[in-house]
Amino acid sequence: MSASPLIEISDLRIRFHGDDGRITHAVDSLDLSVANGATLGLVGESGCGKSVTSLAIMGLLPKQSAEISGAIRFDGLDLLKTPDQTLRDLRGNRLAMIFQEPMTSLNPSFTIGDQIIETILRHRGGARKSARERAIELLRRVHIPSPERRIDEYPHVLSGGMRQRVMIAMALACDPQLLIADEPTTALDVTLQAQILELMRELKAASGAAIILITHDLGVVAEVCDEVAVMYAGEIVERAPVDELFSAPQHPYTVGLLGSIPRLDHRAEQLATIEGMVPNMAQPPAGCRFAARCPFVLEACTKTPPPLMAVSPSHVSRCIRAPLELLVT
Amino acid sequence: MALLEVEGLVKHFVAGRSLFGRARAHVKAVDGVSFSLEAGKTLALVGESGCGKSTVSRLVLRLIEPDAGSLRFDGRDLLSLGADALRKFRREAQIIFQDPYASLNPRMTVAQVLTEPLALHDLVPPAQRRERVAELLRLVGLEPRLARRYPHEFSGGQRQRIAIARALAVEPKLIICDEPVSALDVSIRSQILNLLRELQDRLGLAYIFVSHDLAVVKHIADRVAVMNLGRIVEEAEADELFAGPRHPYSRALLSAIPLPQPRAKRARAVLQGEIPSALNPPAGCRFHTRCPFVIERCRTEVPELAVDGAGHATACHRVNELPPAEAILPAAAGFTPTLAKLVAAFSRKTEGAAPSGVGIQSARPTTT
Repeated sequence: MSASPLIEISDLRIRFHGDDGRITHAVDSLDLSVANGATLGLVGESGCGKSVTSLAIMGLLPKQSAEISGAIRFDGLDLLKTPDQTLRDLRGNRLAMIFQEPMTSLNPSFTIGDQIIETILRHRGGARKSARERAIELLRRVHIPSPERRIDEYPHVLSGGMRQRVMIAMALACDPQLLIADEPTTALDVTLQAQILELMRELKAASGAAIILITHDLGVVAEVCDEVAVMYAGEIVERAPVDELFSAPQHPYTVGLLGSIPRLDHRAEQLATIEGMVPNMAQPPAGCRFAARCPFVLEACTKTPPPLMAVSPSHVSRCIRAPLELLVT
Repeated sequence: MALLEVEGLVKHFVAGRSLFGRARAHVKAVDGVSFSLEAGKTLALVGESGCGKSTVSRLVLRLIEPDAGSLRFDGRDLLSLGADALRKFRREAQIIFQDPYASLNPRMTVAQVLTEPLALHDLVPPAQRRERVAELLRLVGLEPRLARRYPHEFSGGQRQRIAIARALAVEPKLIICDEPVSALDVSIRSQILNLLRELQDRLGLAYIFVSHDLAVVKHIADRVAVMNLGRIVEEAEADELFAGPRHPYSRALLSAIPLPQPRAKRARAVLQGEIPSALNPPAGCRFHTRCPFVIERCRTEVPELAVDGAGHATACHRVNELPPAEAILPAAAGFTPTLAKLVAAFSRKTEGAAPSGVGIQSARPTTT
């Protein structure tokens, strides 16, 4: 990674206080950084904390129930200490986000043009006429056919793939430096997913924005990301350049994930399974959080939480048994 | 003889009515679909949203009535069955739905959910039902003591196991699996897929596996039918189809799947344009609006589903002129040697552990 990353998260902890007084540890001691122009994949299963992390970056977590500590430095600014007014200026402008559900993230009572123009006017100002021209230009960039006509349509007229394009156009409206895409293709058919992924690659090459892509689909990660961070039970358990992660994973959870997906390029009689359950995050286990499900577990694993250790200069793993190759040779 | 034979199945839904109640618009959800399924085998129905794959599965169970066509199950004509005979047939054919959160009654305990089919079909005397419920739960890898719990106390994967147990309660010959793993996390997905295969081997079940995910289909299916806008465009043995897809639509579907293999070198056939509406499907070949190989004939003439000597059927006018499929197929070397060893060690070690998914977790809101 380059010397000065665009966004640098250090020791981020997020706890939710429930109505019944229960405290859930959603994210623990998370360190991440993304350089300008790089794409980081954030991978993990439901409840691992990947979406909460992205909402924390955007400053969208509820203040009453979420307790956040640590630092999120974006271009020299600590987002966690930034006043709301400044955050509102950043969001949609230099920080943008695309959500999973294109069906619910557009306002049904305004045309798509109105919604894109609103973003442009809020952050860039200027005349409505020029904002409209820019909106048409954006719709063209995300390959919406006849954008001059489409701009005056309401979201319900558009298909799922089209709506996701509109969401992307809106996110790009002010040329963001950081784009967070939370499962942007999960609700779409594979053929549309391929179109959207191609579009994202294209835009990344053209704009040079940093992208954090949140997904559970390892295939999507392999196609668009430069670096991958795997999350489990609120922690990053492994972080590596995409090639290394897929060829020589260094955390047993990653091995299990890679072995459990049915693949077109590999025939397995029996898929690997990760037995057991995710730990209850109201009382996280004392040692390694994956220990109860890990086939390589040792006595020491259950005693103290393992630190993130470097296996190679660019590859870190939260497993005391890494490098794992030594276990199978 | 095949267990299930479907011939010329048609279902049009009325999408709009005039002031006087006359139908004005029809969605041609299923438009002449034929296939057959052998006992103990798996047929996958694949396609994008709205291609009619779920409608076919409901027609086969007569959950909805077809407009035309014939259905034969085990030699019987399903469409002529009366109410009693239909109920008997339902004992032999069951369905598992996509969303395990919506398909179990939240007010019934697991024991009640599983006892209902036993009582309805009068399969097991009341005194032995509790034992049968325990047996069913063990069959799907859950502990019998969980029978007293309610669905909300289970995770998604466990609920899907309960739905499978409910389907198995009546000892069916055919189970329709409608996207059974699409709503589940990847690691849970593999548990359910392994379970379905194991149950098929043990009980000789036939599956109709409805899915949009070709990687999953490759793992589980014996035969694959690819559907586009209400019609089957290609049907073949699974190995055959994945090694040499013929229809441009099947090829596009296959090449659209992202491979968990960075730097995978393969040509892509990314489809441009939108899926046409089934309300007003294109004339001629229904794929012609998105097909890169379209010629004039495709716009006017509907291609027949023609079968070759090996049982590989394709509905495309240009099937003999298309370029070879090799370029879009993924290279076979999926696992690096290190990864293969690691996965093998991971699986070996977990095999000896407790049966999968037997624990229970408190229901927690998830963040995704």
